[in-house]
Amino acid sequence: MKILIIEDEIDMLENMKQSLEKEGFLVETAPNKQSAFSKIGIYNYDCILLDIGLPDGNGLDILKELKNNGINDGVIIVSAKDSLDDKLKGLNLGADDYLPKPFHMAELNARVKAVLRRKNFEGNKNIEIGNLIANPEERTVMVNNIKVDLNRKELDILLYLIANKNRLVNKTALAEHVWGDHIDQADNFEFIYSQIKNLRKKLTIHKSDIEIKSVYGIGYRLDIL
Amino acid sequence: MKLLNYTSKYFVIILLFIIFIWATFFYYSMLDEIYDSMDDGLENQKGLVLQKAKKNPSILEQKQFEDGYYMIHKLSQRPKKLGIDHYRDTLMFMQNEEDFEPVRLLETSFLMEDNYYKLKVITSMVEEDDLIADLFYSILWLYLGLILSILILNNFLLKNTWKPFYNLLDKLKNFNIETEEKISFETTKIEEFSLLNKNIEQLLYKSQESFKQQKQFIENASHELQTPIAISINKLELILEKNNLNEEQAKTFSSVLQHLERLKRFNKSLLLLTKIENNQFIVEENININTLLKQLVEDFYDFSNYKNLTIQLISQEDLNYYMNKDLAVILFTNLIQNAVKHGKKDSQIEILISKNTVIIKNESEKNIPLDGEKIFNRFYKQTGLQNSTGLGLSIAKAISNKYSCGLRYYYKDQHCFEINFL
Repeated sequence: MKILIIEDEIDMLENMKQSLEKEGFLVETAPNKQSAFSKIGIYNYDCILLDIGLPDGNGLDILKELKNNGINDGVIIVSAKDSLDDKLKGLNLGADDYLPKPFHMAELNARVKAVLRRKNFEGNKNIEIGNLIANPEERTVMVNNIKVDLNRKELDILLYLIANKNRLVNKTALAEHVWGDHIDQADNFEFIYSQIKNLRKKLTIHKSDIEIKSVYGIGYRLDIL
Repeated sequence: MKLLNYTSKYFVIILLFIIFIWATFFYYSMLDEIYDSMDDGLENQKGLVLQKAKKNPSILEQKQFEDGYYMIHKLSQRPKKLGIDHYRDTLMFMQNEEDFEPVRLLETSFLMEDNYYKLKVITSMVEEDDLIADLFYSILWLYLGLILSILILNNFLLKNTWKPFYNLLDKLKNFNIETEEKISFETTKIEEFSLLNKNIEQLLYKSQESFKQQKQFIENASHELQTPIAISINKLELILEKNNLNEEQAKTFSSVLQHLERLKRFNKSLLLLTKIENNQFIVEENININTLLKQLVEDFYDFSNYKNLTIQLISQEDLNYYMNKDLAVILFTNLIQNAVKHGKKDSQIEILISKNTVIIKNESEKNIPLDGEKIFNRFYKQTGLQNSTGLGLSIAKAISNKYSCGLRYYYKDQHCFEINFL
């Protein structure tokens, strides 16, 4: 699976690249508009991460070019501006998602995977992990072909951890993803724990072979036993 | 004291003083003139008496004033100053007034047929006290008349003259540095005022500029901070993901990460605040506050439940308001968050929606009233809460200011935040 990151901030680019390579993606990078144009002219990508604020122009031009040429790569706009205007413009131009900076690496993984899933597995929208099958669109989870009843937050947590399987997801990233942006000023994220506890209980009851581990109280990691 | 009254006061005092001096001077010169004219009359009468005496010596026997205005008295010897006129004031009993009245008297001597005579001629004099009284009243009327006309003129003139000044004051009163609008100055013929206008215009321009620059600076600074913070957070996340860290190292990195997260949140809030103040939230729609609050209360469930707080939403009326949706969410999120964050464990938060108001009430550990002015200030923190940016309520206030729905705090057994949607 090939991913192109168009981003002018080299360190940012490096972080994203490293994180996505860990997931087994083939990652190419372009630090400016010009090199981005030459790359998309030659190769096809499954997903393009596109920074709008490029030194040599607006990244939205690249999106326009892609859509004009009928190239149907998945595009996630990455913007430092976090402005509604950019978001609307980008989505109207055919971007698949909009990710405002700053973001957590776990969030990036989850978004990229969601886009790839929508683009590439048109027939099969299920995610299989161990003996668990999750369907994010229908919001269902089955273990050994038996449906697991999860509430909205439990499901969101599980899907997020699945997207970042075998990786440490820190509590802040999880809380921001599940509880939304505005809840991020919580005194502590202890309230996440009760949801995790319930989730673990349900997974154990259904004899699932995946496990949610607490890592030093920093965050959680989903492992397959 | 108003400028008008201020000048009028001085006019009244100064005029009183000037008119008093002028009246005194006028009185004496008047009196002098009167004496002069009386004395001339007396001298004339003296001449007439002497002429009469030449023709008719019998009048030399007029020893009393009785029926005339003169008396002649024969002298036994030559007076020292023969023929010298001597004027003086004296009192004389007047029949008609039945009182002694002041008279002017001319005393002189003359020689007629080897006899020396003394002649006294009188004329009734203006009564000095009457004159003073008359004069006093005339001057009083004059004074009042002058004051009145000056006040009227002053009112009329000053009001007209100072009109540009009062216009300016009026405009300055309504001037808001946060808005971009400029004050339009009326042109005036008066040089001082046009200079004042010009200087104030420059001053306002400079203030607006520096205010803008300051806003710009905050915006740019938080923008510039965003990327390095994001990169650092992501790098730490990547390090933490590596499984080769021992617990102590992982915890240290995690602690750094948490501080960076705090910095990120703080920076985000600051950016949001500038965005609100720069009116960067444009799209507005009709928002049902009841539905919005219901959703938010649900979102906050885990958060409040952890502290065993119950959020009770009481919808007395349906409340709709036309505003930006993101801002509406931020406004109520911040207020509810504030209530949950500072709320007392095991207590209740009450959200009351009535016709035009939303009131959010909570109890705190220390139930003491807060400073209703300061709590909306940026970075005002009363409690030592680690994760608080000190910007949440300022953001709420900025949003309420934008829509002129007065957000205020008061204390009534518990902390109350009230927003008026009118």
